[in-house]
Amino acid sequence: MTTPLLTLTDRGLQCPDGDFTIDPWRKVDRAIITHGHGDHARNGMGHYWTAAPGVPILRKRLGQYSPVEGVPYGERRSFGPVTVSFHPAGHILGSAQIRVQRGDEVWVVTGDFKREPDPTCAPFEPVPCDVLVTEATFAYPIYQWPNPDTVVAEIYAWWQRCAAEDRPAVLYTYALGKAQRILAGLNAFSREPVWLHGAIDGLTRIYRDAGVTMIPTVPVSEMPRSDRGAGRLILAPPSAAGSKWAKRFRGASTGFASGWMQVRGTRRRKGYDEGFVLSDHADWPGLLRTVEDSGAKRVLATHGHTDALLAHLQGLGIEAQALATPYGETEDG
Amino acid sequence: MNAFAALLTALERARSTGRKLELLTAYFKGAPAEDAAWALHLLTGRRPQRIATGPELRRWLGEATGLSEAVLEATYAHVGDLAETLALVLPPPPAGTIAPATSLQALLEETLAPLRGASAETRKHTLLALWKAYPQGPRLWLNKLITGGLRVGVGEGLTLRALGQAFGLDPAVLQHRWMSPQIPSAAAFEALVDPHNATLNWAAPYPFCLAQPLRDGALPPHPSTAVLAEWKWDGVRCQLVRREGKTALWSRGRDRLEDRFPELAAAADGLPEGTVLDGELLAWAEDGPGPFVELSRRLQRKRVTAALQRAVPVRFMVYDLLERHGEDLRSQPLAQRRQHLEALLAPAPAPAPAQGLMLSPQLDNRSWESLAALRADARSQAAEGLMLKHEDSAYESGRRHQSWWKWKLDPETVDAILLYAQPGHGRRANLYTDFTFAVWDQGTLVPLAKAYSGLDEATLERLDHWIRRHTKERFGPVRSVTPALVFELAFDSAHAAPRRKAGMALRFPRIHRWREDLAIEDADELETLKARLLPHG
Repeated sequence: MTTPLLTLTDRGLQCPDGDFTIDPWRKVDRAIITHGHGDHARNGMGHYWTAAPGVPILRKRLGQYSPVEGVPYGERRSFGPVTVSFHPAGHILGSAQIRVQRGDEVWVVTGDFKREPDPTCAPFEPVPCDVLVTEATFAYPIYQWPNPDTVVAEIYAWWQRCAAEDRPAVLYTYALGKAQRILAGLNAFSREPVWLHGAIDGLTRIYRDAGVTMIPTVPVSEMPRSDRGAGRLILAPPSAAGSKWAKRFRGASTGFASGWMQVRGTRRRKGYDEGFVLSDHADWPGLLRTVEDSGAKRVLATHGHTDALLAHLQGLGIEAQALATPYGETEDG
Repeated sequence: MNAFAALLTALERARSTGRKLELLTAYFKGAPAEDAAWALHLLTGRRPQRIATGPELRRWLGEATGLSEAVLEATYAHVGDLAETLALVLPPPPAGTIAPATSLQALLEETLAPLRGASAETRKHTLLALWKAYPQGPRLWLNKLITGGLRVGVGEGLTLRALGQAFGLDPAVLQHRWMSPQIPSAAAFEALVDPHNATLNWAAPYPFCLAQPLRDGALPPHPSTAVLAEWKWDGVRCQLVRREGKTALWSRGRDRLEDRFPELAAAADGLPEGTVLDGELLAWAEDGPGPFVELSRRLQRKRVTAALQRAVPVRFMVYDLLERHGEDLRSQPLAQRRQHLEALLAPAPAPAPAQGLMLSPQLDNRSWESLAALRADARSQAAEGLMLKHEDSAYESGRRHQSWWKWKLDPETVDAILLYAQPGHGRRANLYTDFTFAVWDQGTLVPLAKAYSGLDEATLERLDHWIRRHTKERFGPVRSVTPALVFELAFDSAHAAPRRKAGMALRFPRIHRWREDLAIEDADELETLKARLLPHG
């Protein structure tokens, strides 16, 4: 029996033969990164490889001079006897599935992914494999995403309602990916500048540099202090909710864009005025379709919410197990 | 159904009472009377009987979606609400589908009502068709009607306020009419909101006058001698109505109880025509009030046997006289009503009514100190504390009276260990909020009480996170957790409960605080609790 191609250690998903680790959460020499979200791309690794469009995001997160190397989608790199390539995951700009091959054995690690169209990144590309390591953030059949264009239209309509009432509309959204996806979608409706929290502004610049077309934006910090944002749409990360920063927008209507908004308990508990169901993760049909597309005989699921998916796949005769990773703990979905 | 579903969705999203009032008022103004009648019925907490059981619904959902029981079980546990799980798991109707224009009344009376008691095949067939026809939003509320689990966070008071506003009615008049429940119908609704309607049923009770709690050691701003004091009895608050030679016994929840307590109805035969009494229904032991659990044995039975009457005798402890010889006394000062009441119930020599009807005694009010001493001893009287009412107070309609106070005992407490957790409902669906707590019994843990209120949102979120990480086993939506966390529970009283594992049960248990300073070894022992709380047991 040979060593498994990938194995879960206390540092991450490790490839012993190739001597690298995918999305490590503790220090390793060689890290392969699926995408730039904080729970997948962490500081302190000896060397990083990531899909080429994701390099500026990683540098922003890890530091301008960090040892990051970009690899074009589809290009094969050798790590000893193991071949590695990056394939679009459709999650955020530069997100990738990692294809790992040894001889004729192929594993694919999806990282975070979605199947819905997203104007800010390359669309998900199905990759055939023997073993699929998939995320399972929204792995219940209640998660069936509405058409994202409809959701962006809802966000725009809400902004217009607030403007008519002369109130600010503060939309809380994950700063990397979701925010830019919304800004790109809104470009179909308006050319009024959207105000951005500092955490979103810097990342949005990276997207513009990458050639993504979005509605005009301005950082909140450049607006006069006396302007309380009436009639404006303001994008901010969820951590800014209830902060001193948010107090400036007196009388604001608040919204939250996340897949978790699908469930009414969560929606009400979070206390936002509006919940928009918009996720950068795969929904239940997306997960099943991806397993099917891959042709994998064996599926390993990460991100915790795996019980329903495993039961379903086992019912289809697929060998399915959970992998305990800390992914998803810092993410809002 | 669509307008009502839209109202429920909007109410759930409304952040202020003012906004809820606005939404309700607009709905009542616009809805046809037959729909408004049903909406009022549902909004004030009356639930339709369920049409299908949880397991049936899950089975049909499985057939409709091809998903296995294990998948649906895990999904239900994640969502924490069956009606919502059903609404979301079923695929949305194809784009462009228009929801059926069936009215709320037609849906309830013509589609759903005939399903009660119908064959499983008929019920399944109808429900599958309904699920297909409605989009996810209304489908959720439809499912709540099917499961009998509709709960709307507006309350009776707010709903009636909105109704009053919509039709320009005096709140006191509306409250009074509201006290006599009707089967929902257009005619009943129109009579309820008709500004010129003056007819009331013979049995109509008055809206109950409520007291406000005394908090943090504050006392009423009066000399003690201006305040009439009584025990706060632990039973069911009721009004006894004697008119047209007939008797009605009403609970505060607008239930008619006279058939369940024929001995009280018989005792009321001796009352003069046109009498309404306010009082407390109590189980009666040899020489004083029995525990509330005894009374609930009687409340659970619609028709009672002579054996049960003998086993659990009851008394109606009378506080107040609201109507005398057909005259409404509610605006008279309490002291005067009390004089009339004493004359009514205590003529010498004591006649038949004394069998079931008793005068709630007045307590010595010469100083606040002596009242405080009485309060401290309330448990010895099987009372919850004291009731204090200003001697000049009128009997006001359906609101917290500014000159009536309840001075309850401080609760008992126990330190207990978290053992099981279950998700809540509504806003708290898919958050673990319903807990079972255990105490030590010779080195093993025995479940003692379930409690769900008392923690703030932030603490609940933190606890939820902990529970997900320390789950030992799952039983449907319930999780057992590693015994590690200790909570202080407050409760009003304890009683023996031979069928429970612990042999005792707590009344109104609620979470006081999370004792993060305590280890599980510091939690209470069952033996010492019993010794402390069940002196006769």
